[in-house]
Amino acid sequence: MLRLIGRRLLAAAPGLAGVIVVTFLMTRALPGDPAAFFAGPAATREAIEEIRKNLGLDKSLTVQFGVYVRDLMRGDLGKSLTTGQPVRSDLVSRLPASLELTACGLLLAVSIALPLGGLAATRPGSWVDHLCRMLTTAGVSLPIFFTGLLLVYVFYFLLGWAPAPLGRLDAFASAPRSITGFFLLDALLTGDIGVMGAILRQLALPAITLGLFAMAPIARMTRAAMLGVLSSDFIRTARASGLDRRTVLVTYAFRNAMVPVVTTLGMVFSFLLGANVLVEKVFAWPGIGSYALEALIVSDYAPVQGFILTMAGLYVLLNLLIDVLYGVIDPRARIEA
Amino acid sequence: MKRITARLLLVALLLLTASPALAQSRSETLLVVVELGPNSMDIHGVGANRPAYQASWNLYDRLMTYGVKTLPDGTRMYDYSVLKPELAESWQVAADGTAVTFKLRRDAKFHDGTPVTAKDVKWSFDRAVTVGGFPTFQMKAGSLEKPEQFTAVDDYTFRVTFLRKDKLTMPDLAVPVPVVMNSELAKKHATAADPWAMEWVKNNDAGGGAYKLESWKPGQESVFVRFDEWKSGPLPKLKRVIVREVPSAGNRRALLERGDADISFDLPPKDFSEIAAAGKLAVVAHPVENAHAYVGMNVKNPPFNNVKVRQAVAYAIPYEKIFHSAMFDRGALLMGNPIATNTVGYDPKLSPYRTDVAKAKALMAEAGAPNGFETQLYFDQGFATINEPAAVLVQESLGQIGIKTTINKIPGANWRNLMLKKEMPIYVNAFGGWLNYPEYFFFWNYHGQNAVFNTMSYQNPEMDKLIDAARFESDPKKYAELVRGFTKLAIAEVPRVPLAQPNLDVAMQKGITGYQYWFHRQLDFRQLSKN
Repeated sequence: MLRLIGRRLLAAAPGLAGVIVVTFLMTRALPGDPAAFFAGPAATREAIEEIRKNLGLDKSLTVQFGVYVRDLMRGDLGKSLTTGQPVRSDLVSRLPASLELTACGLLLAVSIALPLGGLAATRPGSWVDHLCRMLTTAGVSLPIFFTGLLLVYVFYFLLGWAPAPLGRLDAFASAPRSITGFFLLDALLTGDIGVMGAILRQLALPAITLGLFAMAPIARMTRAAMLGVLSSDFIRTARASGLDRRTVLVTYAFRNAMVPVVTTLGMVFSFLLGANVLVEKVFAWPGIGSYALEALIVSDYAPVQGFILTMAGLYVLLNLLIDVLYGVIDPRARIEA
Repeated sequence: MKRITARLLLVALLLLTASPALAQSRSETLLVVVELGPNSMDIHGVGANRPAYQASWNLYDRLMTYGVKTLPDGTRMYDYSVLKPELAESWQVAADGTAVTFKLRRDAKFHDGTPVTAKDVKWSFDRAVTVGGFPTFQMKAGSLEKPEQFTAVDDYTFRVTFLRKDKLTMPDLAVPVPVVMNSELAKKHATAADPWAMEWVKNNDAGGGAYKLESWKPGQESVFVRFDEWKSGPLPKLKRVIVREVPSAGNRRALLERGDADISFDLPPKDFSEIAAAGKLAVVAHPVENAHAYVGMNVKNPPFNNVKVRQAVAYAIPYEKIFHSAMFDRGALLMGNPIATNTVGYDPKLSPYRTDVAKAKALMAEAGAPNGFETQLYFDQGFATINEPAAVLVQESLGQIGIKTTINKIPGANWRNLMLKKEMPIYVNAFGGWLNYPEYFFFWNYHGQNAVFNTMSYQNPEMDKLIDAARFESDPKKYAELVRGFTKLAIAEVPRVPLAQPNLDVAMQKGITGYQYWFHRQLDFRQLSKN
């Protein structure tokens, strides 16, 4: 298993190097001029040139790239001009917010989609199946920001059940002592139950928004995979051998259907990290998606590069995790790898 | 299995109903919701954005501040004709008019308890004129250019020597830039490469203003607490102010209407007009001084280098329609008048322009372009809520006189770039100046020095002569003549067509009192109170 992980990580290295080069070139190809933007409204041409020099943007692309790689080796991702902070500290404070939200959304989606997909497969054509189809169609066809705004409108503005969409915590509550950066985990570790409730309340609507969106592919994949497995020979054999329905469904069918579902989960998770941008905007969530978007609008190179690099790293880790999970679900996958 | 699920549900329910520990009572805290937060606490910093001015304004004191006046509608605004003491107790302009001497108050302290002395003022002003960029530029607008102009005579006496007789020098000492910083504290964090401690002051509080910085999470929120030992004015009522970033305009409005947020500037004009009509919240409106939204044309290149074509555009533009459906009647119509309604020299009779398509067509024929032409119309996407409908209306009306335009929506960084290049043939934009003097506005927008805001590249020596003369003219009659002179020239040559003066609108809970309009269009926490 360790050898597999090592090999996988090595294989990812050239890909990451490629990402570094491509993001560097792509951000430089943006039409905006960061020096002009950050020189401020009243800047003269000389003032802008001065800022360009300060930012090192007057040097040739190769020199700029050299400097970038050198800083990267030291773990320095550069400085964001938008927030005025080092990109690394921005990402460190914002990544947990994004991951926490995505994980909650996905957890919610999985806890509904898996049973729903499974039930739909065992009872094709029944009302459960129709419900499943309806939810999945709605999930993929409703734009994510629309769902978000609608939920805010109904549950916050009209009914007043949900708290104000003010980000991770109400403005008047104080955040738990930071240990991991994940608020839920920190609140649990510090035993602060009051703030835990506040965090959950803030999380509810954005997590539901993401969850509704993520539910569709998972439920559909579960249904399809279960249908495939249920019609296979070994299930017929198991049934014929008189095993009870639960053993057949959970132990044999479900476990075998999990492989394609886990693949989908991986895809959905990485997709959600991207789709976060819109949810983050609607719920004032201080995540990395909205951070990168703001930076992109003003041609602020460093945060955009840092964001893409972080995402690339996350993808590598995620794929690795999925490969490892395959091995757990299906022992054959271990040998093949 | 069922029992576990039931237990989990119970725990979840308990968690959801548990009340969060409130850090401070809501009634003493103001919650401000903004679209964008500060990127610096230091107004002298490179690239400090407008929200950074607000932070700096509340964290730091200046030597002087402006008086307050109550307008006929009962709202309050700063009074640019009256300078009042802040850190300086009194001041005296030398008899020969070459310098001003400030006496500092002896009881003022910085947030760390160090007394404020003249050497702090000297250090801060030296910094403002040395670091370059915006602060240095703004100081220069008041003829404050060299460190040699600033002398700490003794601990509580500070002198500014004038370079020339400039009526903007004194007013420029009360704008947000010349803040007084804790020089000893800042110097501790200075390095050889960073002698002015730019890096440290950007993220920390080196002030002595009415509010201290409690915490700052860039891109999320900044929290300010009252400095109880503040002596430069009456102690503010609000103990704490939280500025939260809420990117979605719809949510900012929802937060206000639900009573969760207290105050916000950042709503589209349509929301302000609806909120004002609904009457649940208070909306205070002030036409922004010395500001206008306009359609600019590049006078260097064809087709708009022809003054007849520009005049045709000025007759084709649907002023009322734009004012009504893009700005929701929030502001004041200018109909081609470059000077705003509450600035010296405003005269609605000066501009002949009104929407008259027949006349516009005739002018196009005179210009030798009876069949029109094709061109590109630009606007800044950052202000799309007003710019987009305005651009569409301009496009539609120009189409009636044969000018076919393609609309280009330009995102932030690129917009600044295009403004600097000065190649946009025709564009929609707005400008506002801090100091409410017409020649100051013209200096930025119509002067041949060709500042970035003169995006039309308009250069006319006659215009420059009038603007420069007005700046240093002390005889009121001659001054009025000069102002009238450059206004008429700007209307006749029409490098840009002023549309309307925008409002500075603010929506707040009815229990909030004391709001005051400032030329810098940021929130001053000091006058506000919450019931």
